[in-house]
Amino acid sequence: MSSRETVLGRVRRALADVPRTEGPDDVPVPRRYEHTHMPTEGPGATGAPVDLLAENLIDYRAVVHRADADGLPTLLCRLLAERGSTEVLVPPGLPPWWLAAADPVRIHDRAASTPDELDTVDSVVTGCAVAIAETGTIVLDGSPDQGRRRITLIPDHHVCVVRVPGQVVASVPEALERLDPSRPLTWISGPSATSDIELSRVEGVHGPRTLEVVLLTE
Amino acid sequence: MSGRTHLGMPAFPEAATSATRDARLRRNLRHATGTIRAKRAEAVAELPDWAELRAAGAAIKDRTLRHLDHYLEQLEEAVTAAGGTVHWAADAAEANRIVTELVRATGETEVVKVKSMATQEIGLNAALEKAGIRAYETDLAELIVQLGDDLPSHILVPAIHRNREEIRDVFRGRMSRWGRPAPEGLTDDPAELAEAARLHLREKFLRAKVGVSGANFMVAETGTLVVVESEGNGRMCLTLPETLISVVGIEKVVPTWRDLEVFLQLLPRSSTAERMNPYTSMWTGTTDSETADGPRDFHLVLLDNGRTDALADTVGRQALRCIRCSACLNVCPVYERAGGHAYGSAYPGPIGAILTPQLRGTTTELDASLPYASSLCGACYEVCPVAIDIPQVLVYLRERVAEGGEVTVRGQRTTIRPARGHAAERAAMRAARWALDHPGALRAGQRLAARTRRLHPRRLPGPGRAWTASRDLPAVPAESFRDWWRRTRDDRAEGDRR
Ligand code: SF4
Repeated sequence: MSSRETVLGRVRRALADVPRTEGPDDVPVPRRYEHTHMPTEGPGATGAPVDLLAENLIDYRAVVHRADADGLPTLLCRLLAERGSTEVLVPPGLPPWWLAAADPVRIHDRAASTPDELDTVDSVVTGCAVAIAETGTIVLDGSPDQGRRRITLIPDHHVCVVRVPGQVVASVPEALERLDPSRPLTWISGPSATSDIELSRVEGVHGPRTLEVVLLTE
Repeated sequence: MSGRTHLGMPAFPEAATSATRDARLRRNLRHATGTIRAKRAEAVAELPDWAELRAAGAAIKDRTLRHLDHYLEQLEEAVTAAGGTVHWAADAAEANRIVTELVRATGETEVVKVKSMATQEIGLNAALEKAGIRAYETDLAELIVQLGDDLPSHILVPAIHRNREEIRDVFRGRMSRWGRPAPEGLTDDPAELAEAARLHLREKFLRAKVGVSGANFMVAETGTLVVVESEGNGRMCLTLPETLISVVGIEKVVPTWRDLEVFLQLLPRSSTAERMNPYTSMWTGTTDSETADGPRDFHLVLLDNGRTDALADTVGRQALRCIRCSACLNVCPVYERAGGHAYGSAYPGPIGAILTPQLRGTTTELDASLPYASSLCGACYEVCPVAIDIPQVLVYLRERVAEGGEVTVRGQRTTIRPARGHAAERAAMRAARWALDHPGALRAGQRLAARTRRLHPRRLPGPGRAWTASRDLPAVPAESFRDWWRRTRDDRAEGDRR
């Protein structure tokens, strides 16, 4: 007997108490929790998700900027210059105008690039798939303006552009509704951190130690 | 070097007694658990619908467990359709064999690992070592534990028993044996220590061809695996290698994509007291080589290793709901005094006290003593995000140790004999006495459980009576979850949200 049969057989015998007529959906799952914790309309309205997103990002030590389409290229140019970056990783589908004013050399992530090659690049600029206000989270799904997962992982400086209000949702349930599970997803809430040493929080162990989020008004 | 296991550990009371005498260990633990406890309460209080999320979390897990065969088959199909390969392992030895063979097939002799309770449980590192394969732990705490030739003592912060000076000494003394040495003049500043780990591990990440991980959740409907972490080492291991092998307990499956909305709210707040942990990675099978993003080969090893035995027990089954958040450890007065090592398994604290004896049986003195490693104060149940009634299961397992009864061992129904007069009972009694002899531990617990009511009898009914007749049973806060939930909801209706 294969181990598959062994394990499934054990599972079935273990569940002898479950009535044969009971289907999975017969087990009730009460979903009385809130779909979002921030009503944006009506008497209980608590402000715009974008403001809460900014607040929570800052609380988790990301650096937040705001720009409109006119101001974005100069802002990105400034952020890279302040960082002293001479090279910047660019996902294949990043709108070229975003970096129109930036000086650093564009490095493109090719399938053949080795992690070691990418390790020498200072910064990466990406878009995102969705951002969650209540938790201060940005989610990347590998779309052309975000690129492969590794490019937002190896450089020490990640600049992520969030289109607001279009890409901002209030809550985790709203975010999952928008995301496609078949894509590789990375949820990022603040820079990499650890509390493993006497529980004191230290930024940056392996992922980017600096996360800058640009809220781009559409 | 990574060969230490929990085998041959003394029974709980002996290990706990030596830990209790270690003043530094106790200080570290008290500080750590106290800090997390307070932060967790704040993070939970932010969500007015916590009780509803908790109810949903428990119900989703119950639905999964009652129909586990259905969901496992669905998961297998989805993972396979997405280009992954699914393997089934009935026990630890088989899982280790499968992983070893998969690594061998790549021709590699090194793997990078993300912290995983399941691989700790099966002793994978030691098994790989025997096969000439070196497994590098990449989580900062796991690195500290591995370099120090030590064992983890906490689910979430495995090196919680070490303070910064000790960590510096471990890095200075041991890093060079494993790869890049610690920087000259390394101090005990946490930021410097983290930087040393970053440099030491980066060289391993960049060259690694094989990654080994666990997973927090597996979605049956989509075949998606989810790893929740803080440092980014998980992302490194899940993204950079060419081959990824994930070893995951069969109870980690959840039915639908939507179900993640419950657990991704419950888990970070319960474990690290954050609204959301820094990184969560989700992947579904492999991506084709054109768009290659991440490993080209993905293997999922589904691990039983005693889980179906726990599943067969209608009372103990609820332990399989556990999402390994570690909240129960941080509120446990016994854990705070005894430390994680005393529990003698990968699962310390209250969850370990009910899970380990079910996964491994109660034939050893250690495992038989675990259900007694508790003052039954009930704080663990109060904080558990999936509402596992740990005190109920503890009392139930005590009865089984004392009275014997029907159990399932490796899939076979058997009757175990009562432990009365047996070494196991003596170990169990010592553990009970140890827990009860620490009034400080009891008081702390009772304060936390102040809201709970005493509904549980002071004497066990039925066959347990003989055992409890001569021993007073501490009160169990046994307000049913439903009552508790209804009460908190009614409070809310009156406008009091706390
Ligand atoms: S038993 Fe509950 S509180 Fe303890 S680790 Fe598991 S989920 Fe968390």
